[in-house]
Amino acid sequence: MSEAKFTVGIDLGTTHCVLAYSELNADGEPQPQQLFAIPQLVGPGQIEAKNALPSFAYLPHEAELPAHQSQLPWGESPYVAGLLARELGAKTPNRLVSSAKSWLGHGEVDRRAPLLPLQPAEGVNQLSPFEVCRHYLQHMVNAWDQAHPEALLAEQQVTITVPASFDPSARELTALAAKEVGLHNATLLEEPQAALYSWISGSEGQWREQVSPGDVILVVDLGGGTTDLSLIAVTESEGALELNRIAVGDHLLLGGDNMDLALAHTVRQKMAAQGTQLQPWQLLALSHGCRVAKEQLFNDESLNEVPIVVPSRGSSLIGGSLRTELTRQEVEQVLVEGFFPQTPVDAPVAQRARTALTKLSLPYAQDPAVTRHLAAFLSKQRHATAEFEDINLPEHARFLHPTAVLFNGGVVKANALTQRILSVLNQWLSDDGAAPIKRLEGNDPDQAVAIGAAYFGNVRSGKGVRIRGGTASSYYVGIESAMPAVPGMEAPIEAFCIAPFGMEEGSDASLPTQEFGLVVGQPVRFRFFSSTVRRDDQPGHVLDFWSEGELDELPAIEATLPADGRTPGEVVPVLLQASINELGTLELAAMPIDGEEQWQVQFDTRGEAA
Amino acid sequence: MQTHFFARIGIAFKILFSRSYTEQLVSSSVSEATATPEPVTLTSSNTDGALQLLSLLQKEGRLLDFINEDVTAFSDDQIGAAARVVHQGLNKAIKEHITLEPVAETVEGSPITLADGFDTQAYRLTGNINGSAPFNGTLIHKGWRATRIELPQTVEGYEFSILAPAEVEL
Repeated sequence: MSEAKFTVGIDLGTTHCVLAYSELNADGEPQPQQLFAIPQLVGPGQIEAKNALPSFAYLPHEAELPAHQSQLPWGESPYVAGLLARELGAKTPNRLVSSAKSWLGHGEVDRRAPLLPLQPAEGVNQLSPFEVCRHYLQHMVNAWDQAHPEALLAEQQVTITVPASFDPSARELTALAAKEVGLHNATLLEEPQAALYSWISGSEGQWREQVSPGDVILVVDLGGGTTDLSLIAVTESEGALELNRIAVGDHLLLGGDNMDLALAHTVRQKMAAQGTQLQPWQLLALSHGCRVAKEQLFNDESLNEVPIVVPSRGSSLIGGSLRTELTRQEVEQVLVEGFFPQTPVDAPVAQRARTALTKLSLPYAQDPAVTRHLAAFLSKQRHATAEFEDINLPEHARFLHPTAVLFNGGVVKANALTQRILSVLNQWLSDDGAAPIKRLEGNDPDQAVAIGAAYFGNVRSGKGVRIRGGTASSYYVGIESAMPAVPGMEAPIEAFCIAPFGMEEGSDASLPTQEFGLVVGQPVRFRFFSSTVRRDDQPGHVLDFWSEGELDELPAIEATLPADGRTPGEVVPVLLQASINELGTLELAAMPIDGEEQWQVQFDTRGEAA
Repeated sequence: MQTHFFARIGIAFKILFSRSYTEQLVSSSVSEATATPEPVTLTSSNTDGALQLLSLLQKEGRLLDFINEDVTAFSDDQIGAAARVVHQGLNKAIKEHITLEPVAETVEGSPITLADGFDTQAYRLTGNINGSAPFNGTLIHKGWRATRIELPQTVEGYEFSILAPAEVEL
């Protein structure tokens, strides 16, 4: 393998993929990052390079788009990705795959089974979430390789970003997708961390003037499809500033697309009340119109309403278009009050009981209030800074007090929304007697993640400050405790810690002593749990009780001991060991007590109940 | 096999309008007055790019629908509503594909001086024209110059005359 010439960052986003890169120069000093424009189909037979590849895949009928019209510069593709996919899918949704990344992070389904589009047109061969995500990566690899035949992407220092809230199996699948397209050395980086790296890079060394030991930076990443929260503590060691990622939020499927759709539904209801019924295809045009109108209202305080036109589908534009308007009051009510209400910090997140007959769908956040999720996160992480001497939270603090906030993602381009988040945060802080929060600025909210990931390549080579953190959870396997079964009651379960909080890349958890019996030749499944609040549990620690929200159940793990050299059916005592590999994914191994072997334990990506 | 047609087309799809290019055009089209005028060789531009741009303007801003509709039957309100679609869409399409700059950076309505040898294609003199350069006047319109135009690449056999496909719902 030839030496890397570039460090490359790939933002594999829910709604857009962005690729940024910078040159690696001889002395390793970070160079400015730039975006790589990704060639993609923009119309049948038309190709254009754009700064973002919309994360949409479209499976055309052969009569709709013959192979020669869907060719890419590097050859044929089994289906369409990017702008054209999004455009065709708007009118033919049963051939469109969207939000594949959210499905990849959905532990209750088989991520490698063909299930998208959910309701396919007749004759459409469905795709798995894994396959679609891999396809977006493949598209970017091909595009890059065509532009850089002398510096293929597989030979560069590649960083792929994942949501901080992705569980180990979703991370593993992302790393596997990268491997399958030849990116064997791609490292994973959490998106909010990438956003902070972009801010550090953009400040050109000035970031040290803007934060100081004792600061706690809250990163609020409001993307098109997800909301991702992280906390990073600033400390000092031997005179140098250190950054420590101390907590990440829950996986929240709640983003800008929900907000635009909410506005569109409001306007549709208003039109219906005036006697105009909209067709489903018009809702999309309306949602688009609402997004533009919303931005105008947010950017110009003097406007009280902005007209919205839903263009006709036929050629009579003037005669066939529908006109309505979006008012400031509607935007305030639906967006600001609906998604960012001024709530007290102890307001509970609204939960709706899931009905037993839930049809296959993404686990969207049930409470649309971003501020309530934020409050729950900060309250849950009240003790996250306990180990840092630099950070002194007052005794009476009801939540972890952030001192600085960095916004990221498309939603934060609306100033009114960031202002609202700031005012809510400041209200909570002032109620606790703490100082107002400081806003860190300078990032481009659409590009920061890719740019920060490209910058991270330099950090990996030892240039620039590295955000320390390791795993943001501790991990447990569930063991049914030896108690008499009670009819109608689930057998009590104990959680056995196998990996502590904060394991760094390239480290092993010290060997636990608990033995597990594995049946030779048969897969054995364990329930698997994580906790973002139990920071002190060491491997071997056993929990027989935990409160609501303390432990989250993840997809199960499965171990199989091959039968070679052993009698099938024999029970072999093993130890479970966890490690974090260099790429940043969690690995579990089963080691027979009487032997030298080591068997990998698989994450369940098939969504079966344990 | 059509796999490699892109290699044949090449990837030079950026057409750059540079100042020297426009100057070249000026010097080739304005011939010097001589006793026996040489016939001027005129060239026509490639129409494919023009059709492609029209297609983009139709797709994003419904331009062709708008100008082909009989406006006499509609009220100003209705025309105004449609004009928003056209304005928003054309703005997006033009911004994405063409970079525009004013020819003159001076504020319209303020005095401007054109030195000897100014670019006669870039600046048009009107009103009381006499004497010789430098010319002192007032800037009426700042003019527009395209500094970049990027149009999508197309596959072999692409039919440029289809500006918008007929849409058939099944």
